[in-house]
Amino acid sequence: MPLLTVAGVSKAYPGLPVLHAISLEAEAREIVCLLGPSGCGKSTLLRIVAGLETADRGQVFFAGEDMAAVPAHRRRFSLMYQDYALFPHMDVAGNVAFGLRMQDRPLDEIEARVSEMLALVELRGYERRRVSELSGGEQQRVALARSLAPGPRLLMLDEPLGALDRALRDQLMNDLRAILKRVGVTALYVTHDQEEAFAVADRVLIMQTRPEAGEGGRVVQAGVPQDVYRYPATSYVARFLGFRNLIDGTVIAALPSSPDRSAILGADVTRDCAAWGSDNTGAWQYMVKTPLGQLLVGDAAPGREPGDQSVVLIRPEAAEVLPLTAAGSEPNIVAGHLLDCSFRGSFYLLRTGHAGGVELTCEISITRGSIPAIGAPLALRLNPCATTLVAGQQKHELLFDSV
Amino acid sequence: MKRAIALRNLLYLLPLAFLGLFFFYPLARVVWASLAPEGRLDLSPVMSLWHESYFGRALWFTTWEAAVSAALTLVVGMPAAYVFARYRFPGKSLLLALTTIPFVMPAMVVAAAFIALLGPRGWLNSVLMQWFGMSRGPIRLEQSIALILIAHVFYNASVIVRLVGGFWSHLDPRLADVARSLGGNPFRVFREITLPLLMPSVASATLLVFLFCFTSFGVIMILGGPRFATLEVEIYRQAVTLFRLPEAAAISLAQMFLTFLVMIVYTRVQARTTVALNLRSAEETALPPTTPARIFGVAMVVIGLLLFLVMPLLALAGRSLGVADPLRYYRELFVDRTNSAFYVAPGTAIRNSLMFAVVTTALALLIGVATSYLLARGGRFGRVLDPIVLLPLGTSAVTLGFGYILAFARFPFNLRASLLLVPIAHSLIAFPFVVRAVLPALRGLNPDWRDAAAGLGASPWRVWQEVELPIVGRAILVGALFAFTISMGEFGATLLIARPDFPTMPIVIFRLLGQPGQLNYGQALAMSTLLMAVCAIGFILIERFRVGNVGQF
Repeated sequence: MPLLTVAGVSKAYPGLPVLHAISLEAEAREIVCLLGPSGCGKSTLLRIVAGLETADRGQVFFAGEDMAAVPAHRRRFSLMYQDYALFPHMDVAGNVAFGLRMQDRPLDEIEARVSEMLALVELRGYERRRVSELSGGEQQRVALARSLAPGPRLLMLDEPLGALDRALRDQLMNDLRAILKRVGVTALYVTHDQEEAFAVADRVLIMQTRPEAGEGGRVVQAGVPQDVYRYPATSYVARFLGFRNLIDGTVIAALPSSPDRSAILGADVTRDCAAWGSDNTGAWQYMVKTPLGQLLVGDAAPGREPGDQSVVLIRPEAAEVLPLTAAGSEPNIVAGHLLDCSFRGSFYLLRTGHAGGVELTCEISITRGSIPAIGAPLALRLNPCATTLVAGQQKHELLFDSV
Repeated sequence: MKRAIALRNLLYLLPLAFLGLFFFYPLARVVWASLAPEGRLDLSPVMSLWHESYFGRALWFTTWEAAVSAALTLVVGMPAAYVFARYRFPGKSLLLALTTIPFVMPAMVVAAAFIALLGPRGWLNSVLMQWFGMSRGPIRLEQSIALILIAHVFYNASVIVRLVGGFWSHLDPRLADVARSLGGNPFRVFREITLPLLMPSVASATLLVFLFCFTSFGVIMILGGPRFATLEVEIYRQAVTLFRLPEAAAISLAQMFLTFLVMIVYTRVQARTTVALNLRSAEETALPPTTPARIFGVAMVVIGLLLFLVMPLLALAGRSLGVADPLRYYRELFVDRTNSAFYVAPGTAIRNSLMFAVVTTALALLIGVATSYLLARGGRFGRVLDPIVLLPLGTSAVTLGFGYILAFARFPFNLRASLLLVPIAHSLIAFPFVVRAVLPALRGLNPDWRDAAAGLGASPWRVWQEVELPIVGRAILVGALFAFTISMGEFGATLLIARPDFPTMPIVIFRLLGQPGQLNYGQALAMSTLLMAVCAIGFILIERFRVGNVGQF
């Protein structure tokens, strides 16, 4: 049974809808991440779970108990903010010890626990330091130690790495997950940074908000980070995750995956998929008619029928540059011309224009093929195992999509 | 160019000369009169002071009433400060402005207002007498300590609300959130997190209220009657009633010393309110009250505040209207019923007050703006000058008036009889407020603008006119309004130095309240209502033109 259950929580301020029927579950010792753009209500949801605000509708259950009757200070859910909110008039030990003092533990036990916590976050010996003297990374660790010291049943983190610079963030992402796993606490983690979410979480929930439609934030996809990344549910999620190559199309043929793909679809798919190393359990293949021509989509979920409208997602690492003469000889080799080329170190970022006004953005490894000049024609081979189908959105909704 | 610089330096000398001649010199005379009454050093008046029972009583009473007033004001003001800091509700800014109106009311108006509300012929007594058919009003607070304390709380509540409430609204509410999530119940969170962080501002606000109550004069005189005497009242009594100048001077010395002490403590504590906290903007932290309990609490505080702050002033205006003929007492102000050659109709005091106020405004602006420029330039000199400019604020007005009597009674200064003394004294009290209004605006001026304008070919005069004046102009307007309002309401110093045939409005109110009879009582209330109206209008205009928090303490 899940430890934490949020069931249908909705919240609106006068004139401002914030949350729309949010439901989620977290198992014991699991790290669940809410990923969404700023302003989609993630922080409000944390506050509702913490008991600092009440939902208009819906309930929060913990270990089977309805939290509505339990005030915030008795829930034992620790809260960690982006700007740490360290108590400025106490030193580091005072901050970390606060939760333990609220539990009226004996002094020597408090002292021992404070040392233990500071050792956990690698700030041994910092007990007497003033919080104003600490760097950003150190403050974040103290805030973490403070949250974990009283042994909370649930830890909630509101963009904890948001105030740090890039290098520190990259390093702390791993440390954070390691510490949380070592302590074994159930955690609810909120962020707008997808890399952070994927690095720290066991499960990810993507949130979307549509204020112009009068709706608050809602969960549009939930799953393990790898699944969410590989199979984004909608164009919105795909764009939020940074994918650019989304092409409208109509399904022509649908087939479950089988070992002998090349026989069915007439393309040398096995070679590409092996190179990709993908695990296509349960994946289907579709032939989709798009403005680019017919595309073979090799890594998609079942459920679509011929005649369905859908959107093809081509991951940026899926392309290989071939001379123009190769276009049309197989499905998934499309003709186009080069609009833009940007060197990024380990890859070139290419922007290409194709038939039907379609533009593709691809990352071409510097070891694969040569790049023609800007404006020159070329052909791209698109790896079917790096393409998938996502749910389309109505035309007018596309206009409001913000990424 | 040289001439311009020389002229500018001369201008800068102005505030120093003004302070030197009209502040330090009179005070020095007071000190001299107490330490060397016959011309040679004779410490006996000062020494004997300690043995005089009246001094001990006055000192004890002053300290005690100031402390109790400050404590009561804190108790009344804190809930209001909390509501203003943490909640957003309709009419909030209007209510905030209303809470400050008592603070700008002259002492005489406040005294008259409480007499009109709680006095033997006051509104509350009349209502109770009618309802319960009594022959005498049940509330007998006249000339009691309770009335003094209530009036002090009324006067100073806005200091707590503004200073503590303002600081509170900038405290990060997330600190309390985290503390709650770590297991702190609301009471413990307040005690361990909120209160320690608030403490510097609470301490400095309370000290300020203590200082104001310590130097309270008009309120004690009228509402306390002959039984209660603070140090200020004793100075007045010794100097004017008993004509014992050395003794009055000795008390003044003690008074100066004590207020100076309190001010030092205050500035020290105040510096701590600028501790580096992660301050958030006030708009972010205020939320509308959501639960019924909260809505009820906020409503109670708002209603209580409204009643407490508005009722006395309403009672004043209401009781100033005659029963049969509403404007009777107002008309009486202008009528001379004694046919005496020396009698001056009270109404002329209005003319006098206005005249004095206009001259004060001009003088205070001149001194104040020059001082602001001096201080804005900074440097060593500015740092020394800054606290000195504050001194007139903390000095008792009575002491100042007394000093003027001593200093300017004889040749070559025979200004005693001169009408100029009153505006000079008023300017001395008012110009720190002008500085408080203008200095932040000047400090906000970016010197790059001046350079840019100069680079585009503008002479210093043009630069001032085109770049600085529009920005500083608003602040100067606010300063002018401050000076005008303060001058209209000043009582303590004016009582001592004004010529008997040129009274101001507060003095007339004081006289009329001291005389028996319904006619005099009614006229006193009428004059007070007029003064209240002038100050209220002045204040409303200040609020309209003020930018941000310019002019705050």
